[in-house]
Amino acid sequence: MTPYEPGPDDVSVMPRPKPGAARGTYRTFGETLRGLKTTMARYIEGPKTIQYPEEKVPVYPRFRGRHKLHRFEDTGLEKCVGCSLCAAACPADCIRVVAAENTPDNRVSAGERYAAVYEINLSRCIFCGYCETACPFDAITMGHDYEMSDYNRSDLIFTKEMLLAEPIERAPLRSDGE
Amino acid sequence: MSTVAQTILAEVGYYEPWWIQILKAVVIFMVFLSVLPIVIVVERKLLGRFQHRYGPNRVGPFGLMQPLAEILKFATKEPMQPKTASGFLFGFAPVISIVTAVAAVAVVPFSNTVDIFGTQVGLYGIDSDIGILYAFAFGAIAFYGLMLGGWASGSKYSFLGAMRSAAQLISYEVSQGLALVGVIMTAQTLSLTEIVTAQEGLWFVIPQFVGFLIFLVAGFAETNRAPFDLPEADAELVQGYMTEYSGTRMVAFLFAEYLNLLIVCAMVTTIFLGGWLLPFGIDPPTWVDPLVVLTKIAVLVFFFIWVRATLPRLRYDQLMSFGWKILLPLATLNALVTAILLVVL
Repeated sequence: MTPYEPGPDDVSVMPRPKPGAARGTYRTFGETLRGLKTTMARYIEGPKTIQYPEEKVPVYPRFRGRHKLHRFEDTGLEKCVGCSLCAAACPADCIRVVAAENTPDNRVSAGERYAAVYEINLSRCIFCGYCETACPFDAITMGHDYEMSDYNRSDLIFTKEMLLAEPIERAPLRSDGE
Repeated sequence: MSTVAQTILAEVGYYEPWWIQILKAVVIFMVFLSVLPIVIVVERKLLGRFQHRYGPNRVGPFGLMQPLAEILKFATKEPMQPKTASGFLFGFAPVISIVTAVAAVAVVPFSNTVDIFGTQVGLYGIDSDIGILYAFAFGAIAFYGLMLGGWASGSKYSFLGAMRSAAQLISYEVSQGLALVGVIMTAQTLSLTEIVTAQEGLWFVIPQFVGFLIFLVAGFAETNRAPFDLPEADAELVQGYMTEYSGTRMVAFLFAEYLNLLIVCAMVTTIFLGGWLLPFGIDPPTWVDPLVVLTKIAVLVFFFIWVRATLPRLRYDQLMSFGWKILLPLATLNALVTAILLVVL
């Protein structure tokens, strides 16, 4: 039988000295100095805190923040055609769409119909991004805004105008490879 | 003044006019009192740094006004008193803590006697022949504040904290005293200023290194700081003897605690680190001396905070066995060896 050869994963364990014995005291003293070294190293490394309101963690490009509704850049018409697929896909049931017909003198969207009412109740939204996936026209996407706290629940129901408005990009974006 | 009183005053070195005595007391008290909030905010900031945090940095520039905000908060709190508390002692305990802490400040020497505009002034509260004994007497009485406070609260947590502080007191005080015997024998005096002047050339930290270590460890116990913060033990005893205290009474306890930290650091500075003396024969002008003392105190305070950030709290029995089985024999041996060496050499 070959003697046991310790592999690279084996950890050598020092037996614990008897408490109170001279060797235990000596080792405790050594360990104390090691502990002091450890904390001092932490001190030298400096704080890792991010001073939140002044300083923000950059979000990733695919971060799912507050929703945005989009318009066509050339015509200015809304991309949303009021198909309610987002509302159907929403697991939290927080989207309400009421569609209306486009007329020649009131043309809102590019399709036949448009969303007369488009509301997202952000107090219910779970930010799963299914609405984004379900939308056939890329009319709704998840933005990068995550600072949405408010004083009233009713203020958290975002209407179409609020979702269409250019959001205040408060969150910095993380660049590639970061 | 009667002749008896004059003799006694001459004994304790009262050669200064009375107004200088008062002025000195005010100045020394002011220095310590203004250093105190700095220590509090520096401790919290350092603890933060040791844990990758910033510590308080919202109130005022760099969070330096934090103690002010806290004092305001504490002062506006209701001073509660439990129904089970015994009234007089409950209110009196913080007073004991504070008075003893402030009284011990008196013997901290900042420099020897200096000549200010033709008046001989000693830069210390009082240079007593029994300076060391005075400081340790008040250090021991300070524990009555803790013990009475804990007992008078009529609460289990407070009582446990008080019992622990009593046990801790007797475990470390003996070794602390014995650790100093070596120094006292070498310096041949109990006066703190004379101990400092005896360190001219070689600080006692080198020949009395064991004594220094024991004294430092006992200092941690005396200030109730980690790893010997058993009387407080925020995790198990919810601040121990302070549990039932609130408002300004709690501030009094905290004040005494930080003042004790400063005093212990000042004592270590005076007794082992050469007080106002600088190494390698550097002899600066006299006005630098108090700054030297304060710098040494600051370095020690940093070390105390560093240790607090590092070591976990000892268990009750661990403290007992450490105090009685290791510190006490070591301190006795240290005193014995010093005595033998002094006789032989």
